[in-house]
Amino acid sequence: MSATSYTIVNLPDQRTATIPKRNYLNNEDGLLSWLFTGDHKRIAILYLISITFFFFIGGAFAGLIRLELLTPQPDLVASDTYNKFFSMHGIVMIFLFLVPSVPATLGNFLIPIMIGAKDLAFPKVNLLSWYLYWIGGLFTMAALVLGGVDTGWTFTTPLSTHYLNTHVVTAATGVFIIGFSSIFTGLNFIVTLHRMRAPGMTWFRLPLFCWSNYAASILMVLGTPVLAITLVLVALERLVGIGVFDPTKGGDPLLFQHLFWFYSHPAVYIMILPGMGVISEVISTFSRKRVFGYTAVAFSSVAIALFGFFVWAHHMFIMGVSNYSALVFSLLTMLVAVPSAIKIFNWAFTLQKGSITFETPMLYAFGFLGLFTIGGMTGVFLGALGMDIHLTETYFIVAHFHFVMVGGMLMAFLAGIHFWWPKMTGRMYPESLSKLAAVTTFIGFNLTFLPQFILGYLGMPRRYHAYPPEFQVLNVLSTAGATVLGVGYMLPLLYLGWSLKYGAIAGNNPWQATGLEWQIQSPPLTENFIETPVVDHEAYDYEWLEHKTAQEVTTVG
Amino acid sequence: MHISPVLWQFLVKWLNASALFPREASTIAPYADALYFFLLLITVVGLTLVGILIFGFSIRYRKEKHPVAVQVEGSTLLEATWTIIPLALFLIVFVWGALLYFRIYNPPTNAMNIYVVGKQWMWKAEHAGGQHEINALHVPTGIPVQLTMISQDVFHSFSIPDFRVKREVIPGRYSTVWFQATTPGTYHIFCTQYCGTNHSAMIGEVTVLTPDDYAKWTQESTSGMSLAQNGERLFASMGCNACHSGSAAARGPNLAGVYGSKLQLTNGSQVLVNDAYLRDAILNPSQHITAGYAPIMPTYQGQISEDGLIDLVEYIKAMQTNYRVQQTLTTSTSNQAAPTTPGVVKP
Repeated sequence: MSATSYTIVNLPDQRTATIPKRNYLNNEDGLLSWLFTGDHKRIAILYLISITFFFFIGGAFAGLIRLELLTPQPDLVASDTYNKFFSMHGIVMIFLFLVPSVPATLGNFLIPIMIGAKDLAFPKVNLLSWYLYWIGGLFTMAALVLGGVDTGWTFTTPLSTHYLNTHVVTAATGVFIIGFSSIFTGLNFIVTLHRMRAPGMTWFRLPLFCWSNYAASILMVLGTPVLAITLVLVALERLVGIGVFDPTKGGDPLLFQHLFWFYSHPAVYIMILPGMGVISEVISTFSRKRVFGYTAVAFSSVAIALFGFFVWAHHMFIMGVSNYSALVFSLLTMLVAVPSAIKIFNWAFTLQKGSITFETPMLYAFGFLGLFTIGGMTGVFLGALGMDIHLTETYFIVAHFHFVMVGGMLMAFLAGIHFWWPKMTGRMYPESLSKLAAVTTFIGFNLTFLPQFILGYLGMPRRYHAYPPEFQVLNVLSTAGATVLGVGYMLPLLYLGWSLKYGAIAGNNPWQATGLEWQIQSPPLTENFIETPVVDHEAYDYEWLEHKTAQEVTTVG
Repeated sequence: MHISPVLWQFLVKWLNASALFPREASTIAPYADALYFFLLLITVVGLTLVGILIFGFSIRYRKEKHPVAVQVEGSTLLEATWTIIPLALFLIVFVWGALLYFRIYNPPTNAMNIYVVGKQWMWKAEHAGGQHEINALHVPTGIPVQLTMISQDVFHSFSIPDFRVKREVIPGRYSTVWFQATTPGTYHIFCTQYCGTNHSAMIGEVTVLTPDDYAKWTQESTSGMSLAQNGERLFASMGCNACHSGSAAARGPNLAGVYGSKLQLTNGSQVLVNDAYLRDAILNPSQHITAGYAPIMPTYQGQISEDGLIDLVEYIKAMQTNYRVQQTLTTSTSNQAAPTTPGVVKP
């Protein structure tokens, strides 16, 4: 097939007038049919509702934090309360939102369909992981309701074990349980991707979304147990005083830092990699082009996952690790930045010679590219040893982290939700409103976090409840931005909810995308495919799609 | 990076006056800022490049203008380019950052030492001359100052943004940071590691004085007892001198001149005696039995504060009576001490 042998066919309007009579949503009725479902799509919807709930809880705490920081004085709440706010914000957002967001919702929904399977390898384990998520979530909420926890999301010892009277063990138990939910999801994805691909779906025909989730799953399965061990040690230290981290008993507080960051640095990639997968799908679809350098993008995901395990000590450059080990970890950190740079340029060059349209998911994806570039480059500031000394533990870190996680991950998540919303629900959302939301989010985000880079270089420490008055102007700007950002997040909640009932019928393939998920009805059948598909083309083969559509038109006509 | 000195001076002056940039008040600060500007530059260039690519392609290849996409597989040359160029840039940043790190964390040998104890929620500074300050630190310009820091409870982190230095203050372990202040004035000291309820109130102020003013301040604020003198009193009151008497018949090794020497232990290993070792030998004596002595020293864990430990260590450091003579006199008791010149061999 040569590149120019097809012209755009005038396709008939694919949007059928009604939602298909039988689909996964109405296949069985009643709450119990949802609570005991083994259908990966229904579990994905359960997750989507759950993480949205927790996202707005975490967001509410973020709002309270920004509100307190409007003035330099500690005037809205007491120090302890403020500390509980940022601890809850961190714990909820990281463990209950960012880690499960894309894998547990979009990944759960899409991976089996993308590879031509009827479900994940272990449907019941999949449901179990959702229950574990909620049990962990309830423990975390219990810690909040009982009076909160003020360790920060890092549970740093000896603060968490000897010097706090809050509900540390309850919150840690919550995170421990959520960790198993994450391990099970990862395990399920790995087995599914290895064992359940349809005939012809070779590894190098996999959509990049599958590759990036695969890489993230490796991290989940190998990294999360270390977090679990660390939290058990914290709980034992707190309850019976075993002394692993306590210097007065011969323990080593730095050991905690090593163990914790051995999970928590790879965890950053658990959070961002699936988002990168979404961006690959979206950019390819709306520029109607195969992702530039497919293999490089696929392997860079795996490279990030593997390198990601060897950079944890860059969180400890100022903690008295030896100068020479600091050198090694700085070098490795620089190396792990390279695959991310590769991806950015591959995405940009996917646009080249494309036929680009600017639907909402694409706007979010562009937002991702800009913000993730800033987030990634500021990561290089922190990986550079001498620079890290001045910048670490300040608002520079806060800004960097939010650029990667919120600017990157959340933008990708929103891109993905908008992109696959027609497939998941069978309905379209209002286009102009969704574009407005994307733009609002982008502006609000920059207004919130750009001032924090400057605050950081000025030296304002993070987790400060009150601060010297010279930092106020920038903090006011940041809080104003957070307000705009909040509006940007509320909008999708409203119009996506509205679209469930009133949205236009989407049809099977509203974006004319190539993935297998777009070749089946929207919303899909419970069993996804009536017959197991045979895959005879590469991922993102738009010529194949046009050929196929042309044939269908001929057949129907 | 070459930049005209006049322009640089102008830039620094302007930046120092700007509310968007911290003051440059130590010898390190200009070095840190140079790297910062380099990083800022490559970030802006990178971001502009990505922006140009995205906007350029979006305009050039939008659907109205370019209705049929041309499928391209990839390009090894292009991909190699954007692998190698970022890699090269990041390696430059790595080397530059590493050089700065060594500059910031390797103190000059002539640095003057001040102890800092971090505790919830205050900084306590102790000068060798016996001056004590809380949430304040007085230092002279033009002299390298090394801080030897320890935490009495949780992790804290000692940060002076206008000096561009910071170091974690760790429970149970000495950590050090050094700087040489250049401009008299007062600057913030922040605790940057979250340490509980009043974390954000753990703010101090470093006052930089000219050497003359500093000498005046030292005279006026002394308590009359140096740290070593406090340590001597503590040494006697805790009964240390009963065993560490320095005589041949003593049950404990002679401590004179031990600081900076290499000590042979019963378990066969050799250790360099520094602040950290002395502190640990007082708290966990059973783990550090000097060769030739019985493991009879009790632990002083929980009986002595970090401040007290600092006084004791300072006292032991100051015991520089004629080391070689002592060694000859007490060969049977401190026989394994390696011959070194005390006070010169430092960690």
